[in-house]
Amino acid sequence: MKSIEVARLTEEGELKRFMVGLLQRSPAQQTEVMVTEWDSALTRFANNGIHQNVAERDVSVRVRVVKDGKTGVASINQMNESAASDVLNRAVAIAELQPKGEVVPMPGPAKSQRVETWSDATASATPEERADFVEAICARAKRAGLKAFGAYSTGAEQLAIANSLGVLHHHRSTKATVNSVVMGEAGSGYADRGAIDVRQLDKNDLADEVIDKAQRNQNAQPIEPGVYEVVLEEYAVAEMLEFMSFTGFSALAAQEDRSFMRPGERITGESVNIWDDGVDPSGVPTPFDFEGVPKQRVNLIEGGVASGLVYDMQTAQRAGRQSTGHGLPAPNTEGPFAVNLFMGPGTTPKADLASDIKRGIWVTRFWYVRVVHPKASIITGMTREGTFLIENGRITRPVKDLRFTQSMLDALNGTLAISQSTKLEISEYLGAARVPAVRLKAFTFTS
Amino acid sequence: MKDLAEAALNAAQIKGAAYADVRLDERVQQDITVKNGQLAAVSDDASEGFGVRVLVDGAWGFAGSARLKQDEVQEVVERAIRIARASARARSVPVDLGPPVTSRGHYRTPVERDPFTVPLTEKVELLLRADQAMGAVKGVTIREGSMEFIKQTKVFASTEGAYTEQELYESGAGIEATATSPDEVQNRSYPNSFGRHQGAGGYEYITALELDRHGQRIGEEAVALLLAPQCPSGVRTLILDASQVALQVHESCGHPTELDRVFGMEAAYAGTSFMTPEKLKHLQYGSPKVSITADALTPTGLGTFGWDDEGVPAQRSFLIQEGLFVGYLTSRETASVLGQQSNGTMRADGWNRIPLIRMTNVSLQPGDSTLEQMIAETKDGVYMETNRSWSIDDKRLNFQFGTQLAYEIVNGKRGRMLKNATYAGITPEFWNSCDAVGGKSEWQVWGLANCGKGQPPQVAHVAHGAAPTRFQNVKVGILK
Repeated sequence: MKSIEVARLTEEGELKRFMVGLLQRSPAQQTEVMVTEWDSALTRFANNGIHQNVAERDVSVRVRVVKDGKTGVASINQMNESAASDVLNRAVAIAELQPKGEVVPMPGPAKSQRVETWSDATASATPEERADFVEAICARAKRAGLKAFGAYSTGAEQLAIANSLGVLHHHRSTKATVNSVVMGEAGSGYADRGAIDVRQLDKNDLADEVIDKAQRNQNAQPIEPGVYEVVLEEYAVAEMLEFMSFTGFSALAAQEDRSFMRPGERITGESVNIWDDGVDPSGVPTPFDFEGVPKQRVNLIEGGVASGLVYDMQTAQRAGRQSTGHGLPAPNTEGPFAVNLFMGPGTTPKADLASDIKRGIWVTRFWYVRVVHPKASIITGMTREGTFLIENGRITRPVKDLRFTQSMLDALNGTLAISQSTKLEISEYLGAARVPAVRLKAFTFTS
Repeated sequence: MKDLAEAALNAAQIKGAAYADVRLDERVQQDITVKNGQLAAVSDDASEGFGVRVLVDGAWGFAGSARLKQDEVQEVVERAIRIARASARARSVPVDLGPPVTSRGHYRTPVERDPFTVPLTEKVELLLRADQAMGAVKGVTIREGSMEFIKQTKVFASTEGAYTEQELYESGAGIEATATSPDEVQNRSYPNSFGRHQGAGGYEYITALELDRHGQRIGEEAVALLLAPQCPSGVRTLILDASQVALQVHESCGHPTELDRVFGMEAAYAGTSFMTPEKLKHLQYGSPKVSITADALTPTGLGTFGWDDEGVPAQRSFLIQEGLFVGYLTSRETASVLGQQSNGTMRADGWNRIPLIRMTNVSLQPGDSTLEQMIAETKDGVYMETNRSWSIDDKRLNFQFGTQLAYEIVNGKRGRMLKNATYAGITPEFWNSCDAVGGKSEWQVWGLANCGKGQPPQVAHVAHGAAPTRFQNVKVGILK
C-alpha cells in the first residue's frame, strides 16, 4: 500500500528533455519555459476528528516568448508533446497580436548554489501516518477536556526553468506543515510547525504548546485599548515581516515611490537586522528565482538602517544593476518579492522577554492583517488565540483579543529585546521566515 | 468526459465507497494588464483535471489529478478510498448527507459576446484609452488597467445519479490611478478596488463599464487626495457607497452565516462565527431596513450557476429578513445536522479542491432611499467610497475598513474631500444602526474574485448586490 503514496514527480532528465525540446521548437527570438510539478496531501481536523482529507497531483508548464520586441505568456497543466505545441503556439500568438511593450530581459546562464531540501520520508508520507499524527493531537486535547482543530500537510514539488540563452535550473523539495487551534469552553490556543523533513515534526511538542496555551487562555476579560509595551511571539513577528516585504522591500515599490524604505537612513531600532537569503538551509531554500536567476543574500535592514532592496530582471534593468534573484513568474506586474526572510536573534531567552515589563500585553499571533497606510508602514489586524496581560514581569491573565493599528517601523524602532532563539514559519503560499520573538516598547491597540 | 466520470464512480463503488462524486473541470483564463501607457502583461492559462470525492465508513477522502486518462482514474480513486479509510480511523461523527441529490441538465452563463472571440487588440486599445485619460492628469504617477476573462467547463456526476454540465463565463476589468508624495500613497480605482470589477457574462460586461470615460476623474481624485485633510476621528453618521457596502456584507454577513464555520470546520484557519445555531430566528442582526439574501440566480453575479458542486440546484434564500437572522449558507453535510436540506452553496476552486460552503450572491436588498437623500438628511457625517483596506476578527464581529475616498457631510451637504478614511465597529451594533438603504435605481451587483477560505487555500468568486447605505453613531477616523 505504501507505493501509491510516494510522490510521483517526473524524472529530472525527462523533465529537462521536455523543456529543451520545447525551446528548440520555438520560433521566437527568446523563449523561457518554467515547469512546476507537485504531489501533495493535506489532512484537516475539527472537533477532535478528521473532517477533510485531500490529495492532488498537478503540473504547470509556463512559456514566455519574446518576438519582435513583444512578449506573450501562456500556460498549461499537461506535460506532453501536444501540450508543448499548444502552449508555445498560444504564447507566440499573444506576442504577435499585441502592440510593442517593455520587454523584460531574460537572464543568461549562471551557476546556482546547490541546496538540499528533499526528504524521502516527507515524499512518501501516507494518509495513515497523517491520521496517526492528527489522532494523537486530538486524543491529547480530548483528555484535557478540549477540542482540537487544524491541518497537517505533506508534499513534494519540483521547479525547473530553462531559457534560450542557456539557463537550465532544476530544484526539488519537500515540505511538511502542521497547524492547530485547541479550544476550550471559553478560549483557545494556537501552535504550528514546519519542516522539510516530516520526521522533525514532533506531535507531542506541538500538543504541549497548543494545549498549554489553550488552558491558559480561558475566560479572557476585556482590557482598555491603548498603547502598551508588548511581547510578540514568533508567529506575529513572521506575519509582520511578510507585510514589510509586501509593502516595502521590493525595488518596484521603491521605484514607484510606494515604499517605506529610505536607503541609508535608520528606520528601526539598532538591534534590528532583517535579510533575505534563498540558500540558507535553516529556512526553506530555493536556489534560483522564477526567472532563473540565482538567489543572492540581500541585507534589507542592517543595524536598524534601510540597507537594501530585492530586484528582479525588470527592476534591475531600470536601475542599471543586476537582479538579486527575487523575480516572480511571468507575466509579473507586482515586482520582485523577498520570500526567504530572516530576522536576526538577540541575546534574551524567550521566557525572559516579559521579565522587565511592568504592564504590557503578550501576543501569540496576528489575524487578518491589512495595510492601512503603506508609506507610514501602518497595518491593522486582530490578536488571536492567546493574548495575555503582563504585570510586573509575569503573565497574569488572558485578555480579550484586541485590534491593533500600528506602524511597523515605529514598533520596531522601540525594540527593547530580541529572543536568542528563532523559529521557522513556513508561509502557506510562498517562502518562509525565520524569526525571533521580540519585546517592543509601544504598540497601539485601537479597539 | 462522461466515460471518465462513469469509470470513476464505478471504481469507487467497487472499492467500497458508500457515496462518490466526480468533477471534471476545464478552465481557460486570459489576463491583460496595461501599465503606464504600455502593455505590461498578457497571459493565457489553461488547466484541466478531475477530482474524486468518496465517503467510506462515514468519512471523506478526496484525490485529484491533471491526467485525464483511464489508468489515472483508477489510481486516483484508489488514493481517495485509502485517504477516506484513514479519515475514518480518526473521525468524530459519521457524515450524513441527507436526502439524495439527482440533478441532471446543462447550464450556460448567458453571454452576448464571447470574450475569447474578441480580438486582443480591441481589449488592449480600450485599456490604453483609459490609461491615456488617467495620464492626462498631472501628478498621477502610476496608471494601471486590467482585464480578466474565464471560461470554465464543469461536469459533475455522483453515485446517486446526478449528472450536470455547466459552461460558466466571467469577464472583468478595472483601472487605477496612483499619486504619491513624500508621505502619502493615494489610489483611486474604477469601478471597484481589488484590481477589477468582475461578473458572470461576456464582453458586453466590459463595454458597459465605459472605462475610458472614468480615467480622468479618478486621476484627478488621486492627486487631490494628496492634499486633502486627514479624516478626523469621532463618532459620526456614516454613508457608504454601494461597493463598500458590498464588502461589508461579504465580511460581516456572508462569512459568519457559512454553516461550516459555525460548526468549527474552519476554526484553525478562517475562524468560526458569532452567529451560532441558538441565535437562529432570535438574533436581531440588523435594523428592520436590513434584509440580506443568498441568491445564486442573480443575473451577472459571480455566484450564479445552474448547480453547486454537490449537484444542488441554484436557489434563493434569506439570511437576514427585516433585521432578523433567519438562515445559513449550507451544504448537504452541514444542513442535515440542523435537519435542513442544502441551499446549494458548495463550490470548489477547480478540479483539485473539494467543495466548501461559499457565498453565492449575498445581497443587501434595496431600500427606498437615495444617496442624495441620505446626504441631505445628514447634519454631521462622512461619506466613504471604494475599499482600501479591510480586516475583521475570526468570529466576524470586530471590523475595521478603510476607503480610498471620503467627503465630510455638513448640514446636508457634501463638504471637503478627506483622505485615509477608516471606520470600525461591531457587526450587530453596526447593522442595527442602519437607518437608510438606497433603492433599486442605485442597487448594483458587485463581483468579488478574491475570497479566500480553506486548507489548502481556495479562492472563490462571489458577488454582492448593494446600494448606498447609511449608519448612525459609527467610529470613524482611526488614524491621527
